[in-house]
Amino acid sequence: MAELGPLLEVVLGGLMSGVLYALVALGFVLIFKASGVFNFAQGAMVLFAALSLVRLAEWLPFPLAFLLTIVIMTAVAWAIERLVLRPLVGQHGLILFMATIGVTFFLDGFGQTIWGSNVYQLDLGIPASPWFLLESLFPGGILVSPIDVFAAAIAGALVLALSIFFHSTKIGRALRAVADDHQAAQSVGIPLNRIWLIVWSTAGIVALVAGMAWGSKLGVQFSLSLIALKALPVLILGGLTSIPGAIVGGLIVGAGEKLAEFYIGPSIGGGIEYWFAYVLALAVLLVRPQGLFGEKIIERV
Amino acid sequence: MIYRETGQFRTSYAEDQAIFRLRQDKIGIAVILAIAWIGIPFFADEYLLRAILVPFLILAIAAIGLNLLLGYCGQISLGTGAFMAIGAYAAYNLALRLPALPLLLDFLLAGLIAAAVGVVFGLPSLRIKGLYLAVATLAAQFFADWAFLRLPWFTNYTPSGSVTAPPLDFFGWVADTPREKYFVCLAFACLTALLAKNLVRSRIGRSWMAIRDMDIAAEIIGIRPMTAKLSAFAVSSFVAGGAGVLWAFVHLGSWEPLAFSIDMSFRLLFMVIIGGMGSILGSFLGAAFITVLPIFLNQAPGLVGIQLSTAMVSHLEFMIFGSLIVLFLIWEPHGLARLWQIGKEKMRLWPFPY
Amino acid sequence: MLATVTPSPPAAPIAQRQRAIGEVLLAVENISLRFGGVRALSNVSFDIRKGEIRAIIGPNGAGKSSMLNVINGFYHPQEGRILWKGRARSRMRPHEAAKGGIARTFQNIALFKGMTTLDNIMTGRILKMRASFIEQALYLGRGRSEELRERAFVERIIDFLEIAHIRHTPVGKLPYGLQKRVELARALAMEPELLLLDEPMAGMNLEEKEDMCRFILDVNEEFGTTIALIEHDMSVVMDISDRVVVLDYGKLLADGTPEQVRNDPAVIAAYLGVAHG
Repeated sequence: MAELGPLLEVVLGGLMSGVLYALVALGFVLIFKASGVFNFAQGAMVLFAALSLVRLAEWLPFPLAFLLTIVIMTAVAWAIERLVLRPLVGQHGLILFMATIGVTFFLDGFGQTIWGSNVYQLDLGIPASPWFLLESLFPGGILVSPIDVFAAAIAGALVLALSIFFHSTKIGRALRAVADDHQAAQSVGIPLNRIWLIVWSTAGIVALVAGMAWGSKLGVQFSLSLIALKALPVLILGGLTSIPGAIVGGLIVGAGEKLAEFYIGPSIGGGIEYWFAYVLALAVLLVRPQGLFGEKIIERV
Repeated sequence: MIYRETGQFRTSYAEDQAIFRLRQDKIGIAVILAIAWIGIPFFADEYLLRAILVPFLILAIAAIGLNLLLGYCGQISLGTGAFMAIGAYAAYNLALRLPALPLLLDFLLAGLIAAAVGVVFGLPSLRIKGLYLAVATLAAQFFADWAFLRLPWFTNYTPSGSVTAPPLDFFGWVADTPREKYFVCLAFACLTALLAKNLVRSRIGRSWMAIRDMDIAAEIIGIRPMTAKLSAFAVSSFVAGGAGVLWAFVHLGSWEPLAFSIDMSFRLLFMVIIGGMGSILGSFLGAAFITVLPIFLNQAPGLVGIQLSTAMVSHLEFMIFGSLIVLFLIWEPHGLARLWQIGKEKMRLWPFPY
Repeated sequence: MLATVTPSPPAAPIAQRQRAIGEVLLAVENISLRFGGVRALSNVSFDIRKGEIRAIIGPNGAGKSSMLNVINGFYHPQEGRILWKGRARSRMRPHEAAKGGIARTFQNIALFKGMTTLDNIMTGRILKMRASFIEQALYLGRGRSEELRERAFVERIIDFLEIAHIRHTPVGKLPYGLQKRVELARALAMEPELLLLDEPMAGMNLEEKEDMCRFILDVNEEFGTTIALIEHDMSVVMDISDRVVVLDYGKLLADGTPEQVRNDPAVIAAYLGVAHG
């Protein structure tokens, strides 16, 4: 039993970081579900939100900084919707995707221009020293980071709230209509622009939460933007339109990565985490082109 | 009225099929080639050759590679950097371990190896499209990054991880001055452009464009999507691999795996978008733009009296690139190449507005 | 609903037209097609003879396009089989249908919007081009000769369909009627034995319809191409088709000559509705 200790630790750690990936993936799913746009800039939004929060918190009390950051993210959402999405309504998905790549670069540069490009520490008041669980079963206990637990709890709550939102409210239904067909939704009177504003703002808030979680773990710095790249395999596994899928995908990727590193890593030189998630996603795609939970696309001729 | 076609009649289909149909175009390309082959080598200084023209030409080649896949065949790839890396390391290892082979053969084989890997990573495109495919190509990118970093065989077990290219010895003639390196790159660029243009206007190019425009309709014509897509991946990766060899051997000299990271892939993507998707000319225009812009950003503020830190310049670059991408996609999705075409159209009609 | 369009003096009656109608070219037997719970086709059987013009008509949603898609290889029926030139086909992909000699146009034009008229029609010749990769890349040998040869062939079709003036125009810029003509040209470029036309005259005015009718008849008479077309305009159907298939709610309603079908009470009921008391 004791030999399972390290394994359990690895798995738990992986699951926790998986939840963090899922948090970022959630933002993607939100926007895609509601507008059919794959927002490559989600990672940049995570970075921007985290940067704004951390720097504002240097002068303002934390709750105020938090609220102000939400306002800022809403403004960012508005700008993206107005300047990028609206002119591109009805265009091919690829075009929109590439536009969000442009937004990514812009936000990255802009964020660092305004807030600076150093590494900033984000202190959320969560105890940094790890907890040791189940010390009776395993010698030394299983090491668990409180930050990860906190993030998992937040993510869980967020997922629940968003799922309810999408399925049970009028706005949620409208969002699903928009994701299906922009122009059809417009023609039944759904205010496209306002919907998108709501969605992108929500994604911005999700980005903020993700930014807080990752920022306290890694420190707020440019590499946060690259977390988005890690979220992509999560989305593949979970399917782009499924909120629970994003969570499951995150867990699989998180745990899978750490396990692969643990078992295979030492024999091939380490650093498996670099590509494991991607190759896993690729393998899944070959078997199920719509991801594990995604919707099957039937093409009508 | 300089650009009129009046009086120029094409009397055979062969003439109509020519790459440059109008006499003005033929004169134009002759002038450009003359400048490139004669004018520049004589008058350009070393800095211009080494730091601007050589990277421009090599990146133009890589951009042509990506354009064939993305612009002509409609398959998105975010992993072009990986194929450049594969070409570079393949050529390096071939030159190292099989020194008997002439360097040009190394280049060719490296391209073929990159093409083979390209086909493997292109297989997913048969089942998945759009952004799912983009993610799959990222798999290639990250896997290549890791392989060249962590599998020491590729870098000949050097402790630092960086390798040095052998001298550019082409059958006895060694290219070691900036001018000679420029000629090497120019030759490859012209060759690539010609071959790409030929492919694009022939059967295989049309099958690529058919897949891009409507793959369902392409099937009913008799085009096999598998053949078309995989051939696009193969050719694109071959060209990217070749560009990678040039980048490593001619431009960098010594390099480490990071030289071909995802940054490179994004740079090439921007070149293709800004320059014009589905246009050989566009690849050159985009490459020129992306090569010159950072230099401009470095020098221009100084000229106007503003001092910017290097970090600031890099941030500005990001912002400008990002906004330009969005602007071009909104305003002219066919990029600079289309603007050029529109300009020519206006010249045909000038002084009439339409 | 029946459309009433009066065309110019009708073409000569069928009996007088020089057309040799031969043996069965394509036969569908007991085809049933379902999408989830929706039955698109139920137990449909009919045949198409070599050299004839076969019309497939029926109210909207009757399954006509689905039938063409099945013949083409896009949809695979759950039951039934298709006999092409006497041989039964199992699951066939569209590009195999193309190789087998079946060409098709679509209701919502399926042209390659990024290419010119000429290039679009040239794609129809792809199956006839054999040049190797190197020959194409260097524009040598077969790479060059094939391009010129096929260009000449395509130009004859362009002349035939009177679209020479737009050959270098990107098809996205063409008006609807011309796009339909280009799509027909592309299908003809494949030199098909069987040409499937899905509402080739939809959205056209009288003049355009006359032109299209003339082209279809010419294709059938000059090249001997067998044609199956879905059409809503009854006068067109009466005029140019040899035999008619009527579908309704995925079922076969009638099968015969235009006169037989026109007088069939079931057909009349389907189109005009049964009189309610």
